[in-house]
Amino acid sequence: MPSKFVQLRRQVTDRFFTGLAAGLSVVVIGALVAIFAYLVLRGAGSLNWAFFTQIQKPVGESGGGMANGIVGSIMILVIASCMGVPLGIGAGVYLAEFGRGRLGRLVRFTADVLNGVPSIVIGMVAWGLVVVQQKHFSAFAGGVALAIMMIPTVTRATEEMLLLVPQSVREAAFGLGIPQWRTTLSITLPSARAGILTGVMLAFARIAGETAPLLFTAFGNQFWNLSPGQPIAAMPLQIYTYALSPYDEWHRQAWAGALVLVLLIVGTTTLVRFVFLRRMLGGAR
Amino acid sequence: MATAVEVRDLKAWFGKTEALHGINMSVESNHATAVIGPSGCGKSTFIRCLNRMHETNPEAKAEGEVRIGGMDVYDVPAVDVRRRVGMVFQKPNPFPTMSIYDNVAAGLKLNGTRNRTTLDDCVERSLQQAALWEEVKDVLKKKSGASLSGGQQQRLCIARALAVNPEVLLMDEPASALDPISTAKIEDLIFELKQKLTIVIVTHNMQQASRVAEYTGFFLMGNLVEFDKTEKIFTNPSDKRTEDYITGRFG
Amino acid sequence: MTTARKAPAWYRTVFNLDNGFRGLMTLAALCVLGIVGLIVSELMQRSSLAWHAFGLKFFVGSQWDPVSGSFGAVPFLYGTLVSSLIALVIAVPLAVAVAVFVTEMCPKPLRKPIAYSTELLAAIPSVIYGLWAMFVLVPLFRVYVEPWCMKYLGWSGLFEGPPFGIGMLTAGTVLAIMIIPIISSITREVLSVVPQHQREAALALGATRWEMIRVAVLSNARAGIVGAIILGLGRALGETIAVTMVIGNTPQLAKSLLAPGYTMASVIANEFAEAPDDLYRSALMEVGLALFLVTILVNILAGLMVWTVTRGNPARSHAQ
Repeated sequence: MPSKFVQLRRQVTDRFFTGLAAGLSVVVIGALVAIFAYLVLRGAGSLNWAFFTQIQKPVGESGGGMANGIVGSIMILVIASCMGVPLGIGAGVYLAEFGRGRLGRLVRFTADVLNGVPSIVIGMVAWGLVVVQQKHFSAFAGGVALAIMMIPTVTRATEEMLLLVPQSVREAAFGLGIPQWRTTLSITLPSARAGILTGVMLAFARIAGETAPLLFTAFGNQFWNLSPGQPIAAMPLQIYTYALSPYDEWHRQAWAGALVLVLLIVGTTTLVRFVFLRRMLGGAR
Repeated sequence: MATAVEVRDLKAWFGKTEALHGINMSVESNHATAVIGPSGCGKSTFIRCLNRMHETNPEAKAEGEVRIGGMDVYDVPAVDVRRRVGMVFQKPNPFPTMSIYDNVAAGLKLNGTRNRTTLDDCVERSLQQAALWEEVKDVLKKKSGASLSGGQQQRLCIARALAVNPEVLLMDEPASALDPISTAKIEDLIFELKQKLTIVIVTHNMQQASRVAEYTGFFLMGNLVEFDKTEKIFTNPSDKRTEDYITGRFG
Repeated sequence: MTTARKAPAWYRTVFNLDNGFRGLMTLAALCVLGIVGLIVSELMQRSSLAWHAFGLKFFVGSQWDPVSGSFGAVPFLYGTLVSSLIALVIAVPLAVAVAVFVTEMCPKPLRKPIAYSTELLAAIPSVIYGLWAMFVLVPLFRVYVEPWCMKYLGWSGLFEGPPFGIGMLTAGTVLAIMIIPIISSITREVLSVVPQHQREAALALGATRWEMIRVAVLSNARAGIVGAIILGLGRALGETIAVTMVIGNTPQLAKSLLAPGYTMASVIANEFAEAPDDLYRSALMEVGLALFLVTILVNILAGLMVWTVTRGNPARSHAQ
C-alpha cells in the first residue's frame, strides 16, 4: 500500500530526529563540561594557602587572596539564614497545617511570585529598607536581601515535606490528646526534618552564589571587616569586581574564587539532591 | 479455510519472568477468535506479541514464530507489522488534541496519504464500519476526539484502527470499560467486521466470548490450555482446567 | 474541637498555646505577603520622583543621559527584550531536544546522568557564567563566530559592525545556557505526564518512534512546553550579572545583534550604586519597577500554562 519510498522516508526521518536530539543533548552537556573545564584550568593553579588566608594585595603586587570575601560571605549567609529560615519554615508550617483556605492560596501564590522577582530588584528594595535608614552599606543589609530570596524556597520545601507526613500520624497524636502545637513541633516537623533540611541547604546554596542583591547592600570591602554593620566583602562580589578589572593578577584571583565557589555550591546541591532526596523519596527521582 | 495468524512456540518474558510458555495457535481468517482466562494468565501479553507491542516495554522479550498472512512478524520492521495488524485497547485512547477526522486519518497520514479526497473517503468508510458515522458526521472537524462519550470514543478508536485497512484486528478487552449499551454496540460491530477481517479478542467475559467468537482459546498461567470451537469449549471442554474455569470454580 | 464550659485553668492555657502557635505561624505567612508588599511600595515610592518628572515619556524616550538629566528607558527595554529573545531562540531547541531525548529516546542508564547534568547547569551562579563568558565566549565570538556571522548571515542586516566579541549576541548566548535547565526540566515533567496509552495508540497504528513522539507526546504536552518556555523567558528577563559582564553596557538601539547593548537589569547594576542625585536614582528605581512588573506577569502566565498540564504543583506530582 504505502510506497517503498514513503517507508524509507519515514525511517530516515525517525533516524534523523533521534540523531538530532542526541546531538543537541551532547551540545548541552558539552557546555557544562566546557564551563567546568575552564574553571579548573584557570582556577586550580591559583589555589594556594594564601588564597584562603590573605586579602587582596594592592595593584601591581602578586599574591594575596579572597580571605575577606570568604569570611564576609559566611557572615552574610549566617545573617540571612537567621532571618530567612525561621520565616520560611514558619510560613511553610502555616501552609501545610492551616493553609487550606483563601489566605493559604494567597500566600502560596505570593511565595511563587517572590521566587520570580529578579535578584537585582530585591537588592534595590533592601537598599531602600536598610541602607537608606542606616545611611551606610552593611553586611546586615546584604543578609536582609538574601533572606528575602531564601524564603520562597524554604517555604515550599517545608510545606511539601510536611504534606508528605500522612494525616494518620497527626490524627493518632490528636487521638492521644496532644494539642496541635505540640503535635506539629514534636511529631510532624521532626518526621519531615530531613526534607526540610535539604530544602534549606538548597536555598542556602542558591543564595551563596548571588551577586546582584549584594551590589548595593553589602557593597564589598577591600579590607578585613568583621562587623555586620559595615560594608563587607563577599566572594561573588569579589569575583565580579576582579573579573571586570583590567588587571591580570585580579583575573587570576577571580578564576580561583570562581572554582572554589562552584565546588562549594554545586557540591552541596549535588550532595543534597543525590544523597538526601534519593534516600527520602525512595529513589523516585 | 485460510489461516490468518499462525503462532508457533511463542514464548515471552518480562525481564527474567517467563510469561508465555510456548503457545501454538492457528487463527482462522474472517472469524473471531476469543482469548479467555483468569487475570494474569498471559492473554494480554499474547495478543500484544502478535503486533509486537509487547516489545514496547524495555524489559520485554519474545521468541518464536508468529506468521500473519505468511509473513513472519519478527522478520520485518515492527512498523510494517502494526500497519497490517490493528489494535484496540481496553481504555479508549483517542488523541485529545486532534479532531475526530484527524484521529481517524492519523494512521493514513502517517503512511503518506495526502490526497484530500482519499482521506475523506477513508474516514467516512471507517466511521461507518465502526457504526459511528451518523453520530459524528456533522462535527468531524469541530469536535476533538476526547469530547465524545466513552462508548463513542472506543468506536472512534476502532475506526482509527480500521482506516489503515488491517488484515487482523486485535481487541484487548475493548468493552470492559464501557456501559452495557456501548458493549452491545461493539459486539454488533464485531459481527459485521468479521466478514472483512480477522478478529482476535481478549475478554474476561465468557458470555461475550460465546456471543461473538467462533473459536476460543483458554489461557492459564502462560499456557494455552485448550483451543477449539467456542461451542465445544463452553459445552464440553476437553480439559478439566477449562471446565473448572467455565463453571466458575476459580478466576 | 469541643470547648468544655468552665474548663479548668490548665486546659485554657493549653488552648491558648494552640492559638498562639497558630498565630505565630500565620504571622510568618503574613510576612511573606508583607515582603512582597514592601517590595511594591518601595519601588513605587522611590520611583515616584522620576514618574512625576517624566510620566509615560519615560518608556518612550530613547535618550539615557544622566548628565543632562534626561532619562528614557527604551534602550533598556529593547536590550532586555532582544537579549532574551536571542536566548530563547538558542535555548528552546536545545532544551526541548534534551527533554525529548531523556524521556523518550535515551537508554535507561543514561537518563539520570543526562538529566542531572542539565540540572547542574542551573546550580552554577550567575557571576561564574559571566566570568566564563567574558574570558571564553567573548574571544571565541570575536575571532570566530561573529566574523562568520558577518560573512554568511550579513545579508539579513542583523550582523553588522565590528566584531567586538561583547554585545547582544554574546549576552543572548550565555543567557541561553543559563535558561536551558529550567525549560528542560519543566518540559521533562510535562512529557512524562503524558499517559502511556497515548504512546501505545500511536505505535499500534504503525508509527515510527519519532512519529509517535510527534503525534502522541509533543502534541499532548504542547501547552506545558509553552509554559516552560515562558518560564525560561521570565528567568532571562531578570538575569543581571552574567549579562552585564558581556553585553557592552551601551544604551543604544542598534539593529545589529553584534552591537553592544544594555538591559534593564544591567543599567541598575552598573549605575545605581554611584548615582549621585535623587532623580537619577529614582529613574533607575522606575526601571526596576518596570522590570519587576514585567517579570511577575510573565511568570504568572507561565505558571498558569504549566499548571493546566500538570494540574497543580509540578514538584508535588513528582513526589507521588
